[in-house]
Amino acid sequence: MKYCKDLKIVGVEYPSDGYVLLKLTDKEQLPAINAGQFVEIKVEGSPSTFLRRPISIHFVDVENNQMWLLIQLVGEGTRKLAQLHEGDSLNVLFPLGNGFTKGTEGEKVLLVGGGVGIAPLLDYGRQLKECGACPTFLLGGRSSRNLLQLDEFKKYGEVFVTTEDGSMGDKGFVTNSSLLGESSQYVKNKDFRISCCGPKPMMMAVAKYAKQNEIPCEVSLENMMACGLGACLCCVEKTVKGNVCVCKEGPVFNINELTWQI
Amino acid sequence: MADIKVNIAGLQMQNPVMTASGTFGYGIEFADLVDLSKIGGIIMKGTTLQPREGNDYPRMAETASGMLNCVGLQNKGVDYFCSHIYPQVKDIKTNMIVNVSGNSPETYAECAARINELDAIPAIELNISCPNVKQGGMAFGVTCEGASQVVRAVREVYKKTLIVKLSPNVTSIADIARAVEDSGADAVSLINTLMGMSIDIERRKSRLSIGTGGLSGPAVKPVAVRCVWQVAKAVGIPVIGLGGIMTAEDAIEFIMAGASAIEIGTANFIDPAISVKVADGINQWLDRHGCSSLADIRGVI
Ligand SMILES: Cc1cc2nc3c(=O)[nH]c(=O)nc-3n(C[C@H](O)[C@H](O)[C@H](O)COP(=O)(O)OP(=O)(O)OC[C@H]3O[C@@H](n4cnc5c(N)ncnc54)[C@H](O)[C@@H]3O)c2cc1C
Ligand SMILES: Cc1cc2nc3c(=O)[nH]c(=O)nc-3n(C[C@H](O)[C@H](O)[C@H](O)COP(=O)(O)O)c2cc1C
Ligand code: FES
Repeated sequence: MKYCKDLKIVGVEYPSDGYVLLKLTDKEQLPAINAGQFVEIKVEGSPSTFLRRPISIHFVDVENNQMWLLIQLVGEGTRKLAQLHEGDSLNVLFPLGNGFTKGTEGEKVLLVGGGVGIAPLLDYGRQLKECGACPTFLLGGRSSRNLLQLDEFKKYGEVFVTTEDGSMGDKGFVTNSSLLGESSQYVKNKDFRISCCGPKPMMMAVAKYAKQNEIPCEVSLENMMACGLGACLCCVEKTVKGNVCVCKEGPVFNINELTWQI
Repeated sequence: MADIKVNIAGLQMQNPVMTASGTFGYGIEFADLVDLSKIGGIIMKGTTLQPREGNDYPRMAETASGMLNCVGLQNKGVDYFCSHIYPQVKDIKTNMIVNVSGNSPETYAECAARINELDAIPAIELNISCPNVKQGGMAFGVTCEGASQVVRAVREVYKKTLIVKLSPNVTSIADIARAVEDSGADAVSLINTLMGMSIDIERRKSRLSIGTGGLSGPAVKPVAVRCVWQVAKAVGIPVIGLGGIMTAEDAIEFIMAGASAIEIGTANFIDPAISVKVADGINQWLDRHGCSSLADIRGVI
């Protein structure tokens, strides 16, 4: 079931320069949400923001009936969202898309995130841990300022980080992480799968690594969207089944379904 | 409560609000979010005789008060529609209308003939105005001869309500409307999108894969109202108005310009329940202004 309703903002935090973390709640219980699903937000008071803005569901705080969104401020719409206050309401269409593969007990899953693409991985980590799977996070950013919510991630699994400027963790991209290196115990037995979200070049590099090492891999795409409901066919990605809507059949796809040249 | 029922050449509608093709899927995508039975009619996605993959991504760009799209009529073809989609939509309690496209009078007619067999489809909307496919689409809608050819071919095989959707990308939309009326159309709907373009100056590339696209949303409304006004004066058949409608007040503008009914497109992306809100809003507006039916305001300009 999908909903379009005004949710109440109960928290506005600024975890780092250029980001906002919104915590939303509702009088009624929030619907069941698969990690990796997203919302479409109506941005009020920004004349140049006509369409809704798709944002991943960062975390669901079941106990407090909250849904968190982690947003990078890149343009008019997202900057307007950063000006919201506690007590304001936000019109949200949700939950949309398919979400990441459900975990199974004892399963090893590597959650690879780049930039603000780390957002949906927090809730995925929570859901994996809840079902007895074993999540590990590999998070990459330009610098330590772009690596957010690390303490939250640590609640659900071990966290490895990379930064392009070397300010935290291994220097380079996520694919340069020692976690994926030759001497890594984690990857030795190839007994894990990868779920990945981030900028496309980064996801392609991760997909390439997965393909070469025969590791199952899914990626979460961020194509431009209008309706978010599978109705307008604006957000399509080429797949082995032809053009499909990222908002409905995705945003999460197994890399074998895609036609990426990797 | 004012009477807002309308009858478009035999097509009975409980209110004058329909959803525009390509913006409301097959209706089922919106079933969680709006009571479909309260919409006057649902015009489903563009359907062609053969399956079409559509254009490459990127297919949309946001613009000032609107958007460009170049979806390019992606659909699985009329056979798939009849076998897989029709069973899912035939019991929806409103007018389920198919938007038909083609690349020759014959393909339009063959597609329409297939739809004619479906009991629960009371009407088709013939799209001779899609700016996003190389062959066909708008190519027919921009000349009186082309438009007549397609409409005549379809009229021969299609027995129910035939709505023809017109392109604004022409010198005289009234001339095209007259040609379409003379060829047997029961009603016209307008406007389809206005051809436009948007350039990403950093990448020095068009924002759309095929360069150009169709502009929709509030940005096109004044053009659409003008087109409806001109066409309503030129033809005797009912006119269905659309282009940029976001509110009941917008809809009333179209009705005053001469529209018998209206369609809502892009606004569905912003508010999935907008169609029912506009229908209710029209009713309230009429009540507030002491009007007993739409006839009191239709074509008063
Ligand atoms: C399924 C999905 C989930 C997403 N999840 C998140 C999230 O959790 N947190 C987050 O911060 N962002 C997320 N995004 C990206 C976010 O939607 C865009 O950053 C946002 O729409 C930009 O809006 P704006 O008005 O601020 O910027 P605009 O003024 O519209 O654009 C500013 C810049 O952002 C780029 N941009 C615009 N739309 C997108 C898009 N859909 N994807 C990527 N870049 C875009 C433009 O190319 C432009 O250069 C997600 C996108 C999708 C499709
Ligand atoms: C994403 C998108 C897809 C569309 N697809 C079709 C289509 O398949 N057939 C058609 O006749 N019109 C199509 N249209 C045009 C709309 O039905 C409508 O004529 C136009 O958008 C203007 O109305 P609006 O401003 O209310 O959106 C499409 C429009 C959009 C935005
Ligand atoms: S955004 Fe409309 S189909 Fe995906």
